Amino acid sequence: MNDDITDFEQAPAALPASVGARIRTPWFEFWRKFKKQKVALLAGAFVVLLVVVAIAAPWIVPYDAETFFDYEKLNAPPSWQHWFGVDALGRDIFSRILMGARISLAAGFVSVAIGAVVGTLLGLVAGYFEGWWDRAIMRMCDVLFAFPGILLAIGIVAILGGGMANVIVAVAIFSIPTFARLVRGTTLALKHLTFVEAAKSLGASDTTIIWRHIFPGTISAVIVYFSLRIGTSIITAASLSFLGMGAQPPTPEWGAMLDAARSEMLTAPHAAIFPALAIFFTVLAFNLLGDGLRDALDPKLERR
Amino acid sequence: MLSYIAKRLLGVLPTLVIVGLVVFLFVHLLPGDPARLAAGVDATPETVELVRKDLGLDRSLPEQFVRYVRGVLRFDFGTSLRTKRPVSTEIAERFMPTFWLTVWSMAWSVVFGMTIGILSAVYRNRAPDRIGMALAVSGISFPAFALGMVLMQIFSVQLGWLPTVGNDTWRHYLLPSLTLGAAVAAIMARFTRSSFVDILGDDYIRTARAKGLTETRVVVKHGMRNALIPVVTMMGLQFGFLLGGSIVVEKVFNWPGLGRLLVDAVDMRDYPVIQALVLLFSLEFILINLVVDVLYGLINPTIRYR
Repeated sequence: MNDDITDFEQAPAALPASVGARIRTPWFEFWRKFKKQKVALLAGAFVVLLVVVAIAAPWIVPYDAETFFDYEKLNAPPSWQHWFGVDALGRDIFSRILMGARISLAAGFVSVAIGAVVGTLLGLVAGYFEGWWDRAIMRMCDVLFAFPGILLAIGIVAILGGGMANVIVAVAIFSIPTFARLVRGTTLALKHLTFVEAAKSLGASDTTIIWRHIFPGTISAVIVYFSLRIGTSIITAASLSFLGMGAQPPTPEWGAMLDAARSEMLTAPHAAIFPALAIFFTVLAFNLLGDGLRDALDPKLERR
Repeated sequence: MLSYIAKRLLGVLPTLVIVGLVVFLFVHLLPGDPARLAAGVDATPETVELVRKDLGLDRSLPEQFVRYVRGVLRFDFGTSLRTKRPVSTEIAERFMPTFWLTVWSMAWSVVFGMTIGILSAVYRNRAPDRIGMALAVSGISFPAFALGMVLMQIFSVQLGWLPTVGNDTWRHYLLPSLTLGAAVAAIMARFTRSSFVDILGDDYIRTARAKGLTETRVVVKHGMRNALIPVVTMMGLQFGFLLGGSIVVEKVFNWPGLGRLLVDAVDMRDYPVIQALVLLFSLEFILINLVVDVLYGLINPTIRYR
């Protein structure tokens, strides 16, 4: 067993260097460019850490985020016992931030994932078939774009009612048009290329052409947007909670925590500062990662 | 030029109609009976029927839509369920504070965003660029409500330089408009930079340099006009962001504007107000983008003749 591992590790090294340099899979190319960007690498590592913390949160929090109350230490500043201090109800802020990571990451990821899947499908259909489909889908996107920013999300929450699940649906709907436009543009450019024509003349069906030949070409743009959108979506979800339309107390959602800390700003500024920093660093990490991915995946930027 | 404007105006019409339709249908998408919502929870069935007749909810949907559009064209948005006053009065009272807030924010973001963007492009990959872009990515990542709370904590509570709430003097406008403008300034800075970086590599810039112009003159006179074309479009899109952002910022600073009105209306399920505000915000956004499109045609003659 041990020998197998050493063999495996030595195998690539045993190849002549020229062979290794010639194998350039898309992944290899991507990694070659991406690893040059130290900031994005760091941001990526931070995102991984956040995901691990979010998953492990229930087992690593020092106190229960919702049911532990330390009545002796209301609004106490950070200490060894409570790293980020205690809030107005006596809850441990550090534990609440860790649990909040679950909510914010899940909200950001799920909403963008729904938006990306639906948007990509619509974009592929609009770009590939053009004509009536294209007009209908793009008109729908125009209408969604006509509602500025989180106003659309507020409208949807007003219809569906408050709560985190509805916020996720609202943010997802509001991500759809961005992805649809992006994918449509790429599809329009790709479908006139020779390899698509070749597939067509071989008798490939529309479905095959879309999935096997056009969709892979749109992935890199979608990945870049995905990462950048997660940041925006986390902010939007937190904003809605801050406005009292998302997560309800006592849920340890970062935006809701900030809202609750508003009235205690004079006595307990730490109750506001830590959730604010949590949102900031999380969104910053996704944005830096997205910037790095864009630089590594976007061929247009190669010359810089 | 006139035909270009006319074409743009016609292009906006279908979107306007659909937006109007969506906003109109909003009432019918709400769970529960709109007549009962309007009449109040403990109204008798007779009162509910009366309210239904009064609001025209007993007629067919197309009839109701026509009635709704007619009302909107006369600035009649119905009566607020919460205050029992006409929605148009409620909005008129709250309109100016939000208007000035967004205008100030836009002014900040244009000034800061463009300055940082141009400096970053000129000093590309050197210290000013790195600092500028670090600031910009931070600005995008800091949610407005958190930034507002931090600024208020530092400048109003700790230092005591600025007032916390209210909108009476220019000093009241400083923190809210900076808070609201920060993210847009950051986006503008990134966008201006990339636009300028593209332009500064062009042949005519090299020519301008070759004939011995100072770098300032090259950037301001030759670079600016061309680099700003995409930036103007970006400005229009960002207005939507400001309108949306104002909702959050107004809550932080307890601003007596439309955003707070909307949040309160959602809380109270005051649907005539929600409806009117969603329509107003979207209208504003569509109109601003129309103006930007027209401006774009003015700056860039090649667009007009397409």
